[in-house]
Amino acid sequence: MIKIDGVCKWYGSHQVLTECSASIARGEVVVVCGPSGSGKSTLIKCINGLESFQRGDIVVDQESIKSPKTKIYKLRSRVGMVFQSFELYPHLTCIENITLAPQKVLKRSRDESIDRAKTLLKQVGLSAHGAKYPSQLSGGQQQRVAIARSLAMDPLVMLFDEPTSALDPEMINEVLDVMVDLARSGMTMVVVTHEMGFAQRVGTRVLFMDAGVIVEDRACSEFFDRPESDRARAFLSSIVRR
Amino acid sequence: MSSFDLSVITQNIPWLWAGMQLTILLTLLAVAGGIIVGVILALCRLSPWWALSAAAKLYVNLFRSIPLVLAVFWFYFLVPIVTGHPVGPFYSVLIAFVFFEGAYFAEIVRSGIQGVRRGQLSAALSTGLSHVQALRYVVMPQAIRNMYPVLVTRSIIIFQDTSLAFVVGLTDFLTSANIVANREGRPVEIYCFVAVVYFLLCYAAEAGLNLSKRRVAR
Repeated sequence: MIKIDGVCKWYGSHQVLTECSASIARGEVVVVCGPSGSGKSTLIKCINGLESFQRGDIVVDQESIKSPKTKIYKLRSRVGMVFQSFELYPHLTCIENITLAPQKVLKRSRDESIDRAKTLLKQVGLSAHGAKYPSQLSGGQQQRVAIARSLAMDPLVMLFDEPTSALDPEMINEVLDVMVDLARSGMTMVVVTHEMGFAQRVGTRVLFMDAGVIVEDRACSEFFDRPESDRARAFLSSIVRR
Repeated sequence: MSSFDLSVITQNIPWLWAGMQLTILLTLLAVAGGIIVGVILALCRLSPWWALSAAAKLYVNLFRSIPLVLAVFWFYFLVPIVTGHPVGPFYSVLIAFVFFEGAYFAEIVRSGIQGVRRGQLSAALSTGLSHVQALRYVVMPQAIRNMYPVLVTRSIIIFQDTSLAFVVGLTDFLTSANIVANREGRPVEIYCFVAVVYFLLCYAAEAGLNLSKRRVAR
């Protein structure tokens, strides 16, 4: 489904990604973790072209990001993304947030989009909140609306960029539960997170990154039981201590 | 003579109204033209093309560093040279206002657009919207919401500043009041009336702004 092949990225002379390679199959839930500043967010933003990179290539559903023939907007419409800070549109209601892209990009009718939005809101447990504005919702609720907004495009794969990092502790689980349901429904997911509980519940693989390098790429259970590198061991023990 | 005589105002209403019409016309045209110039300048400033951005920046800083009255004089003498024939005081003042206020509007528009979180654009693009769609449906509505209070405040300032039109011989509201005051020999009544009119109009605009701000505040 996704093939990351030797991706290198520099900000000026500072290299943020070094020879990153990985492939992600349909239905996999890949957890990307590592210390802050290790390039996790940058890497997943390369997958939908929100960040550019100088060397290597990423192929999503047989389409190369780098190929001049690829229409990046088309590709993005099939790759959902959920952000750390939600990024709901504050001037639109929840329903309008969810229906904007289906109407403008997929050219679906208003009624059809609204029906779908209502179904999705029900799926994330927010049926009663469709007419509200984002500022009237809690952080956890906003993030669930953001997930619904991405799902409304019927994406092939969902990218999550630290979806629970900006949340108060009591709201983390309501978002993780939605993500777990999504994973169990068979959605292909790439999740940057420090929530190791989530990784252990539904993760199929872990990419451990440090200093712009994918240090380990292994099945979840193996990674947590027997991390190979010292860096991963140090990272895991620091997380557990927290 | 010593008593406060309001009849001097009522008798001269047609005169004063003629002046007010010029003030309103000049304000509306200056605001509309200034916003158009301002949007163009702001887009130049935000453009990735270095030379365009630098030129817009120079323009904005230049006009924000000179007094308005200088711009009015400047265009009054400059425009006939450029166009080859006199355009009359009204158009030269209008052109001066549009180019001068354009610099201020440019900064308002630019900060309005930059005030929208960068993540909003990323989020919009990530759902497959094109750049133009993302600007139109996500960034600009928020930018306009950010900047319209300052736009209204600036427009009120322009309304007051149009009284500078007298320096090139135009008869705006204040100038017409000045003429009436001298002719009738009743400056106290006239200038009090002028102050009340300016106050009421500007205060009403401010009040309207606050009311609408509360309605859209979320």
